[in-house]
Amino acid sequence: MWTWFHKLASPPYAFRLAGILRPWFFWPAVIAMLIATFGGLVIVPADYQQKDAFRILYLHASAGIMSMMVYGVMAIAAAVGLIWRMKLAHAVAASCASIGAAFTALTLATGSMWGRPMWGTWWEWDPRITSELVLLFMYVGYIALRSSFDDISRADRASAVLAIVGAVDVPIVHYSVIWWNSLHQGPTLMTKGAITGSMVWPWLTMLLGYTLFFAAVLCDRIRVEILKRERNASWLNEMIVDARAS
Amino acid sequence: VSFAEFIDMGGYAGYVWGSYGLGLLIFVLVGWSARRNYIEALASARRKLQAAATSKT
Repeated sequence: MWTWFHKLASPPYAFRLAGILRPWFFWPAVIAMLIATFGGLVIVPADYQQKDAFRILYLHASAGIMSMMVYGVMAIAAAVGLIWRMKLAHAVAASCASIGAAFTALTLATGSMWGRPMWGTWWEWDPRITSELVLLFMYVGYIALRSSFDDISRADRASAVLAIVGAVDVPIVHYSVIWWNSLHQGPTLMTKGAITGSMVWPWLTMLLGYTLFFAAVLCDRIRVEILKRERNASWLNEMIVDARAS
Repeated sequence: VSFAEFIDMGGYAGYVWGSYGLGLLIFVLVGWSARRNYIEALASARRKLQAAATSKT
């Protein structure tokens, strides 16, 4: 039953699989993001309250969901790596950090550019915004902690603990708009009737595009992490020296 | 809607185009840097393994 898991956890198999899957994630991601952008900027009419400024939210809310989702993947991979001492899980966790940080930075920046015309301010120490900023610090702290170790397996273990502890912030970001009286608007996707079908499709398409893009970038980043960990493995020799891999 | 009106975004042009422009920039950077890191890591691993192979013989 667990053979697929063991197979996936083997570095040569994962390395090959990442190479095969990458284009299948990357090009659909580009197409989905282009369709969503066209839908959000051209096809969908302006919001009756927020006018054309609401178009920013297709980008902002999708990036925000990704910032939490990527952290979730990173924390789970770190926990698996720590508990079962699985090198490949640590490689996945390490690969997530820079992508997640980019999504978080984009969320904060686009939120700021939406907030200026809509709230009249670039920044507000609001629970949602503050907890999202903490999420950015978690990613940056994780990257900084990893780079402070020369030994990769020590970096894996120490940063995994940080990733797991920091995961506390993810539900705080998500529920901040419900728990506290926040200036930020409440959840839209999970509230019935909050958004109409003709306006929601570019958002869902954007989210699909971002998820595929994350998977595609992960395929490259995982292979970098595998190469770092398997420098002298014989399978690597066979794959990249004897038969030149692309 | 005319093209000029589309570009104007109801007066929110700077915010809307600024957001989408920044998004594009970030995705290009994230995708490109990962690709470049992979190509470099592969080349350096190949060089090291080849050097090890030639020193053995």
